[in-house]
Amino acid sequence: MKSENETEQITAQANGQELMTGADALLRCLIQEGVDTVFGYPGGAIMPVYDKLLDYEDQISHYLTRHEQGAAHAAQAYSMVTGKVGVAFATSGPGATNLVTGIANAFLDSVPTVFITAQVVSTLIGTDAFQETDIIGISMPVTKWNCQVKKAEDIPEVIAKAFYIAKTGRKGPVLVDITKDAQQQMIDFKYQKCTYIRSYNPYRPLNIKSIESAAIMINHAERPLILAGHGVLLSGAEKELKAFAEKTGIPVALTLLGLSAFPTDHRLYAGMLGMHGNYGANVLTNQADVIIAVGMRFDDRVTGNLKKYAKNATIIHIEIDEAEFNKNVPVDVAIHNDAKEALNYLTAHVKDNSFEKWIREFRICDKTEYDKVVKPETKPAEGQIRMGEVVRLVSELTKGEAVIVSDVGQNQMVAARYYKFTKPNTWVSSGGMGTMGFGLPAGIGATLGCPDKPVITFLGDGGFQMTMQELGTMMQYNIPLKVVILNNSYLGMVRQWQDMFFDKRYASTALPNPDFVAIAKAYKIEARKIELREDLKDALQKMIETKGPYLLEITVENEANVFPMIEPGSAVSEIRLTY
Amino acid sequence: MKQEYTISLFTEDHIGILGQITIILTRRQINIESFTASESAVKGVYLLTIVVTTSSELVEKVAKQMEKLVDVLKVFVHTFDQIIYQEIALYKLPTKAMMSGNIIDQIVRSSYARILEVSPEFIVIEKTGSKEEILKLLDRLEPYGVLQFAKSGRVAITKQVKELHSYLKEMDEANLNNNKPAEIPV
Ligand SMILES: Cc1ncc(C[n+]2csc(CCOP(=O)(O)OP(=O)(O)O)c2C)c(N)n1
Ligand SMILES: [Mg+2]
Repeated sequence: MKSENETEQITAQANGQELMTGADALLRCLIQEGVDTVFGYPGGAIMPVYDKLLDYEDQISHYLTRHEQGAAHAAQAYSMVTGKVGVAFATSGPGATNLVTGIANAFLDSVPTVFITAQVVSTLIGTDAFQETDIIGISMPVTKWNCQVKKAEDIPEVIAKAFYIAKTGRKGPVLVDITKDAQQQMIDFKYQKCTYIRSYNPYRPLNIKSIESAAIMINHAERPLILAGHGVLLSGAEKELKAFAEKTGIPVALTLLGLSAFPTDHRLYAGMLGMHGNYGANVLTNQADVIIAVGMRFDDRVTGNLKKYAKNATIIHIEIDEAEFNKNVPVDVAIHNDAKEALNYLTAHVKDNSFEKWIREFRICDKTEYDKVVKPETKPAEGQIRMGEVVRLVSELTKGEAVIVSDVGQNQMVAARYYKFTKPNTWVSSGGMGTMGFGLPAGIGATLGCPDKPVITFLGDGGFQMTMQELGTMMQYNIPLKVVILNNSYLGMVRQWQDMFFDKRYASTALPNPDFVAIAKAYKIEARKIELREDLKDALQKMIETKGPYLLEITVENEANVFPMIEPGSAVSEIRLTY
Repeated sequence: MKQEYTISLFTEDHIGILGQITIILTRRQINIESFTASESAVKGVYLLTIVVTTSSELVEKVAKQMEKLVDVLKVFVHTFDQIIYQEIALYKLPTKAMMSGNIIDQIVRSSYARILEVSPEFIVIEKTGSKEEILKLLDRLEPYGVLQFAKSGRVAITKQVKELHSYLKEMDEANLNNNKPAEIPV
C-alpha cells in the first residue's frame, strides 16, 4: 500500500507540481546553490533532514564530525580553500549552541557560510520545550543575518536569501533555524535564486572620483606601502593586487589572514604585518608616506598603539564594508568598493614606477630580522627542535605549494611566519577570534576542499586537545590530512606572556600530555613521534609522502618565545626582535 | 563632546531587528534614552526613532553599523535643530483635585495640555510637547497628587527635503543596475 504522502505526490506530479517535504526542499535548495559537501551532526529536531540526506547521497556528501564546533570550522575552512559557501547542519538546543564558536569565528573572519539549525516544533517554541534554545537570539551578534522558518513554504525563499547574503558584499555567516514541523510539511517545490534584497545592496558603483584622487597621491608618493588583507582573497583579487603592485613598484605587506594573497617569493613582498609579523613590514609602516590598505580592517593586532600608527602616511582605504572606514584609523581617501574592481581601475590610472631605495630598506630590515630571529629559529645548530625549523622544512619539502592550516598560539604564528606561500587560498587560520581547536576540524574541511593538494595542519598540544575527537572524522572518511603537533608541553603563547609580562609565573599553562601517538593509533591513524633533529626531515618527508591520514608529534623546545613581537601598547615601529 | 542625537532608522519588517539594533548600541556602551517604533509613510517600511547622547564620532560609527544590517534600509542621524519632534504624556490625577477651584484648568490651559477624560474617581490629562515641557507640567501637577504618569518616546520629522521614497527609488535603481556581476559568485 502506498503511504498518504506518496499518493499525494503522484497526484501532484500529474498536475505539474513537485510535492515534497520541507526537509526534501531544503536539500534541493542546497543542490541548486551548488552545495555538494555538508558538515554536521544529527539529533531529534533535524532528523527529517538527515533522513532525506540518504536520498541525495550522490549529490551531497555529508561528513559527520564529532562535535558541532568541528562541523562549523570544517565548513569555514572548506569555504576558505574553495571560495564556495561552506555549509553545516546541527540539531536544536545543544547542537545549535555547539555551533556558536564556529559561527563567531566565521563572522570575525568574514567567511561565507550557511548554518542550518533545526528547531523544536513551532507550537512548542517559547515553552522551554526539550532541546529548545533561542539560537536566533544567541547567534544574532555573530551572524550577518539569521532567520527562523516555521512554515515549509518559506524554506526556498529563505535559503535563497541566506546564500545571497552569505556570499555577497562583506561575506559572512548566515544562520537559518527550521522548525521540525516545517521540515515535515509538504510543499510544492519551486526554487528561485535570490539576486535582490531591497534593503541590502552589496554592489557599489565604482567610486571613480576617489580612485582617481588616490591615483594622484600614489603617483606622487615616495615611500608608498600596500597593506593587503583577507578581503583580497575574498574578492578574488590576487591577480589585480599583483598587477597593481608590479606596475607601481610598491611593496606589499600582508595581514595574518591576507597571507597567500601575494607570493612570498616576489621581490615586492614586504612581509607580514602585526604583533608577530615581520620587522620591516611593521617598522616601515611608520615611515611610509602613502598607505594603500586593501581589504583589511586595521585590527588592533595589526596596528599596535593607534596613537602612534602610520602618522606619516596619507591613508587610502579600499574596502567593501563602509563601516570599516575610520573605525580604527582615520582615512584620507575611502574607496567603498570591491577590491578587485577598485584595483583594476586604480592600476589603469597609476604610472609605472619603482621605489628601489625604499625597497632596499625592507631588505635591510629583512637581513636584521634574519640574523637575529629567523636563522636561529629555522636553522638552529643545537638544542631541541624549534617550531620554526619544522615549518621551514615543510615549506621546502612542499615547495610552498601545500595548503597550510594552523591552530592558535605559537604554532600559528610560527606557521604564518615561516611557510613560504606561493599560491592564493592556501592558508587557513583563525584570525579575528583566535579560536583554539580550529586547526584539526579546519584541516579536515580544507582537505575535503582540496583533494589534489597536500594539506598540513600545525597544531599546539593545547589546541589539539580542544577538538581532538575529530580524529574520528578523519578515520571514518579516511581524510588524508597531515596533522603536525608541535608539542612544547605548554599553552605556549600564554606562557610566553607570563614569561614576558607576569614575572615568569606560569599559572596553569604547563600541560602534562597524554600519548598522542597512541591516541592517533586508537583511531587507526598512522602516527609517529620524534624528538631529535636528525629524524626531523625524514619524518616530515615520510609524512608528506603518506597517502592517507597521518599524525606526526614533534617534541619542540619547551620555553621558546615567538619574536619579533609588538608588545601590547607599543607602536608598530617599536617591535622587538629579542627579549 | 557628547550631545543628543536622534537616529531615524527605516527598516524592513524582520523579526529581530530591534535586537540587532540594541546590540550595536550596548556594545558601544550607549544608553538608549528613548525608542519609538512605528509605521512610516511608505507601506511596509518601519520607522524606528532612537534618542541617544554620545559623541558625533561614535554616533557616526554606530549609524554605519546599523545601516550595514541586512534589513535596514536607511539610517539618518540628526541633531535637535535638524528635526521637528514631539513626545506625548498622560497624567492621571484624582478627580477631587478639580475641587480646589479652577487651578487645574488653568494649569492645563497655560501648558497647552488638555483634559482627556473625567470620571468620578480620576481625570486624565494629555500633553504633547518637548520632554522639558512635559516634565515641567508634571512638576506643576505634583502638588495635586499625580496617581500615574506615562510618557512616550520621541517621534520626529526631519527638516531635510529629500524624502524616504526618493532614497528607496535610488537604492532600488542602484541595486538593479549598478555594477552587478553577470554571475553572482558560487
Ligand atoms: C578557545 C580558546 N581558549 C583560550 C585561548 C587563549 N590562548 C591563546 S594561545 C593559547 C595557548 C595555546 O597553546 P597550544 O595549543 O599548546 O599552542 P602553543 O602556543 O603552545 O603553540 C591560549 C590558551 C584561545 N585562544 N582560545
Ligand atoms: Mg603548546
